[in-house]
Amino acid sequence: MKKLKIGNKEFSSRLFSGTGKFSSSQLMEEALLASGSELVTVALKRVDVKNKEDDILKHLSHAQFNLLPNTSGVRTAKEAVFAAHLAREALQTNWLKLEIHPDPKYLLPDPIETLKAAEELVKLGFIVLPYIHADPVLCKRLEEVGVAAVMPLGAPIGSNKGLQTKQFLEIIISQSNVPVIIDAGIGAPSHAAEAMEMGADAVLVNTAIAVSENPVQMAIAFKMAVEAGRMAFEAKLATPTKFAEASSPLTSFLQD
Amino acid sequence: MFTQLFDTYNWDEVKNSIYAKTTADVERALSKSDKRDIEDFKALISPAAAPYLEQMAQLSNRLTQKRFGKTIQMYVPLYLSNECNNICTYCGFSFDNKLNRKTLTDAEIIKEVQAIKELGYEHVLIVTGESNHNVGVPYLKNAIKLIKPHFSLISMEVQPLEQREYEELIEEGLNTVLVYQETYHKEDYKLHHPKGKKSNFNYRIETPDRLGMAGAHKIGLGILIGLEDWRTDSFFTALHLSYLEKNYWKSKYTISFPRLRPAQGIIEPKIIMQDKELVQLICAYRIFNEEVELSMSTRESETFRNNVIKLGITSISAGSKTNPGGYAVEKESLEQFEISDERSPKEVEQIIKSNGYEAVWKDWDEVLM
Repeated sequence: MKKLKIGNKEFSSRLFSGTGKFSSSQLMEEALLASGSELVTVALKRVDVKNKEDDILKHLSHAQFNLLPNTSGVRTAKEAVFAAHLAREALQTNWLKLEIHPDPKYLLPDPIETLKAAEELVKLGFIVLPYIHADPVLCKRLEEVGVAAVMPLGAPIGSNKGLQTKQFLEIIISQSNVPVIIDAGIGAPSHAAEAMEMGADAVLVNTAIAVSENPVQMAIAFKMAVEAGRMAFEAKLATPTKFAEASSPLTSFLQD
Repeated sequence: MFTQLFDTYNWDEVKNSIYAKTTADVERALSKSDKRDIEDFKALISPAAAPYLEQMAQLSNRLTQKRFGKTIQMYVPLYLSNECNNICTYCGFSFDNKLNRKTLTDAEIIKEVQAIKELGYEHVLIVTGESNHNVGVPYLKNAIKLIKPHFSLISMEVQPLEQREYEELIEEGLNTVLVYQETYHKEDYKLHHPKGKKSNFNYRIETPDRLGMAGAHKIGLGILIGLEDWRTDSFFTALHLSYLEKNYWKSKYTISFPRLRPAQGIIEPKIIMQDKELVQLICAYRIFNEEVELSMSTRESETFRNNVIKLGITSISAGSKTNPGGYAVEKESLEQFEISDERSPKEVEQIIKSNGYEAVWKDWDEVLM
């Protein structure tokens, strides 16, 4: 399988993971290790950056994991930029998952504030991965301001509903010059495989693993699904055809 | 304002419609694959839903985990003052109760803060009575300023304020404001609040509107269970919630369901809500609204709290003191109400763990405005 390059980093695993919702930090660590993930998101609001012994960070200190701090909790571009600075300082990384959702009910991203913040953060030297709607035009606009990847949603976050935005994800994938990471809504390994078969560069999964009865086993299932989907994509899927091949073709006389 | 919507409803009609819900209504509400409406909520809180309690609990458990994960948020109250000019028939701090009144000084607040920090808390809920002269906005503003460096999240449960006053406190670092209606029964509200500013029903019911306009991050609603028919009161709470979500979509919401507890000099509950009814209500809220936070205090017993962790609750307090100075300054002063679960935060954390959940102490950060 081809490695995935985002910014200056190469990833062997195309499964990215979230760190929320687990029943313990220990279990989170085990599940993430099992998933093979090399990029894991960390909510700034959940960690105590002043505490070197922070429980979440302690369990994420493996060479395998690159941390991707997210700005969850901010409501505007201004707040996002402020939070980004703190994340960079505290977690020693200029990578940032930019998420601005002023709507705390459905946690849907604000496209206007996100574009504004992305533009500013790129100028400030951040590797910006914005969480956004599956909006092809917005993805192009973000690409133009220099984001390292785009992270369109498959369905509302935590909904486990799969690729409800498939029509738009296909357009985004076909025209993007930066990696496309499908984020949010992926509730089953089959959804992840579907995204990878479509040509997504990676997927980000959290709830489906964390809330499962057996997060470690589910993490492995996602790992396998992502690999299977990617391999199928690289091997080129047979195109499904709408028509059966007729045994008595109507146009065969033309060949005579 | 919510009053415009509220005034189109009639208490008795609502009550009758809840009690008229049938098995078919309950089954319809439960079998929906997506959003439930307010009529479904009525069915779920109705007596007809009682036989479906286990089914409701399973559904509530699943929906809660999907949204909140296997986590329970931890918070603790910090009583700053028990001075109060209101007469409330159910409250230990009522103006007509003879007790030593106390308002913490700056030094005392810091002492209490240190004691609370030792318990491990990052989320504190400041509480006062209603005494605008001594414990008004300047006092609260100062208290928030003192507390802010020590906690990542500050909530407040005090008298209703004006929009600009909320704005001022939010600017200072206040995140969440809880303001319980106590009861949506307008006439009986007057009986329970005969004197003081709190007797103004409309001013109180419009408080969440003012909070929404002031841009509060989170707004808490609730009734005091035991004053009136809990089903009807809960319907109005749910109606209020839906109205607020639609109008102030940038705020989060949280609901509490305090049952009237014994305290010195207060009335007996008019209605006793059984444990299974409270479970029904918790599950009904969750099935009706997948995103709302549901909070439970130490008013409830150990056994009850141990078991509701899985049922839909998302945040709990532990080791709470309901008297100003209760953690360090003046441990023996009179409480607002007797708490029922006296276990330490660490003990409660163990219970949360043994249920297969993680106790979350920090879920906000001072960098977030």
